[in-house]
Amino acid sequence: MVDASSSTRGDLRIVSVTKSFGDFNAVDDLTLTIPEGSFFALLGPSGCGKTTTLRMIAGLEEPTAGTIHLGATDITNKRPYQRPINTVFQNYALFPHLSIYENIAFGLRRRGIKDVQEAVDKVLKLVELPHLAQRKPAQLSGGQQQRIALARAIVNRPALLLLDEPLGALDLKLRRQMQIELKWIQTEVGITFVHVTHDQEEAMTMADTIAVMNEGKVEQMGSPADLYDDPETAFVANFLGQSNLIQGIIEGTDGDALVVGVFGQKIKIMKSRSRAHDSLVLAGIRPEKIRIQKVGTQMSGNILTGGVIADVSYIGVSTQYQVEMPWKQELIVFEQNDDGVPPLEKGDQVVMSWEPIFTFALDGAEDARAGSEVNPVEA
Amino acid sequence: MAFLHASASKVTSLKEKKSLLPYLLLAPGMIWLFTFFILPIVNLAQTSTQTPVKGGDTGQYEQTLRFSNYVDAFINNKEQFTRSFFYAFLATVLALAIAYPLAYGIAFKSGRWKNILLVLVIAPFFTSFLLRTIAWKQILGEEGPVIAALRGLNIISQQTTLTASAFAVVTGMTYNFLPFMTLPLYASLERIDPRTLEAAGDLYANAFTTFRKVTVPLSMPGVVAGTLLTFIPAAGDYINAAILGNPNTKMIGNVIESRFFKIVDYPTAAALSFTLMAAILILVTIYIRKAGTEELV
Repeated sequence: MVDASSSTRGDLRIVSVTKSFGDFNAVDDLTLTIPEGSFFALLGPSGCGKTTTLRMIAGLEEPTAGTIHLGATDITNKRPYQRPINTVFQNYALFPHLSIYENIAFGLRRRGIKDVQEAVDKVLKLVELPHLAQRKPAQLSGGQQQRIALARAIVNRPALLLLDEPLGALDLKLRRQMQIELKWIQTEVGITFVHVTHDQEEAMTMADTIAVMNEGKVEQMGSPADLYDDPETAFVANFLGQSNLIQGIIEGTDGDALVVGVFGQKIKIMKSRSRAHDSLVLAGIRPEKIRIQKVGTQMSGNILTGGVIADVSYIGVSTQYQVEMPWKQELIVFEQNDDGVPPLEKGDQVVMSWEPIFTFALDGAEDARAGSEVNPVEA
Repeated sequence: MAFLHASASKVTSLKEKKSLLPYLLLAPGMIWLFTFFILPIVNLAQTSTQTPVKGGDTGQYEQTLRFSNYVDAFINNKEQFTRSFFYAFLATVLALAIAYPLAYGIAFKSGRWKNILLVLVIAPFFTSFLLRTIAWKQILGEEGPVIAALRGLNIISQQTTLTASAFAVVTGMTYNFLPFMTLPLYASLERIDPRTLEAAGDLYANAFTTFRKVTVPLSMPGVVAGTLLTFIPAAGDYINAAILGNPNTKMIGNVIESRFFKIVDYPTAAALSFTLMAAILILVTIYIRKAGTEELV
């Protein structure tokens, strides 16, 4: 029925796809290429259109406009069962009336594949659950069901595997373990994985390319390191980890660097890392890049003075400080607990510094809080 | 010490009260069942082996242990037994064929009309069973729309009538028990997680295969419940045969009715009732075993 093995292979291309529900555009003129063999993550808060995008790739939703191509084939109007694409559903959606063995064999039998036994045994070994073949789904734990759902999909050797929040229902420890396993399995089977999640840590651990989605559009796409170190928008800066975004005005240049005035103090930002359209900028710095010391200590690089510690949280590997600045903004600083010096205390007057190369500049017209009000852990 | 004793006994009495609570809650139901089920059954069992009082009036029986009542009752009414199960079977199959698409439509395709459609399924219960059955006499009668349509289309000859026939009896039973089929079917279809249906599509099953391999097996609890709720009362029904049938469509319910009320042959009526119960029990047990839905419920 479907030839999942040869002709329809290659990159997945989503071209100008829009999906409207009434007058709400869940996905808005989205264009995206997912390279063959990659582990690709669609990351965004709930309601950003990532699941709708996934469902359109699977064929469970029809695009209002635009086309979807797999390799050279236009699959926009193909039914789900005609696409060489399989899905690991959010709640696993295992067939409750069938044994684990029959659940996994389901797709193979529909395609009339011989050697069902061999394929099922092999994939059960891959997910390390060969002893559960004769059980029913209800007799399995959440983590086991998750692996069976994965096995049921990859046994078909699809051109593309879609994972819809696959680890959402698992507890933290199991989730970490599965993240590593999923990555390993992807390398092992060499299938393109498209992974939808609201959990930035999950996306960063597994994916080699992440597309950050917001309000039906891709905000930025790139490797986890690119996105983290060089966010292009305030949304990405805040949604992927945390950022301190401080309003400033470009006052001049100094070689490769811009000199930016922030509330009466001056910092430097590399010209190459500026996304500003005019002289208004949001100067961005990640909390762990900042060094923090009591007033009076000698410091170098970009320096901000006048901070007072408003809150201290000790979280084991690091200490998190909230520092209130004279302009009433609270900045966040993470300090590694690696120097044996007791943490600073609430009310301490501090100076902060960091290397200028770590600073990025966003367009000053952006909302500095975009993406921070959505809690990426719950969503 | 006295105080301690008092409080200790208070605790135990509270515990006792707690352990009594389930029985207190069960009591009304148990009393009801005992009075209106156990007692009549015992009474029926006694009646079924009675013999007529020698030289007594009609309807005068004395308690004996004449078990051959059962043999006589069965042998004399074999035909009606067979017919009862056959009609009930036909009505069940027809009701299933009508109710499955109906329940499927309500569960998956009705959108905001769902509740209204469910009310419509139950709506017939607002009128009496008897009245609705009599209405079918009109529907199938000479002036009715069904016969005009069938004659017009040359499906039946101008002489053929529909009332007072096996057709009318089975039709009436199908209609009367349809809600009992529809509601359990709807309940089990409604419970199916739509994502398992999407998963089937995702795993290369087209709409028909998805229906056959996923929807139907997952709705089996509803099919079993619905067919039982239709078959059991249909097998013992006598109203449909009495109103819509003729002397040749008599079911076992009609025989029991006339034995009780017309011929006042209580022992035969009682023996027939017991035989019917036993037969249904055996059939149902075999059916449930075969359907094997225990794991799904």
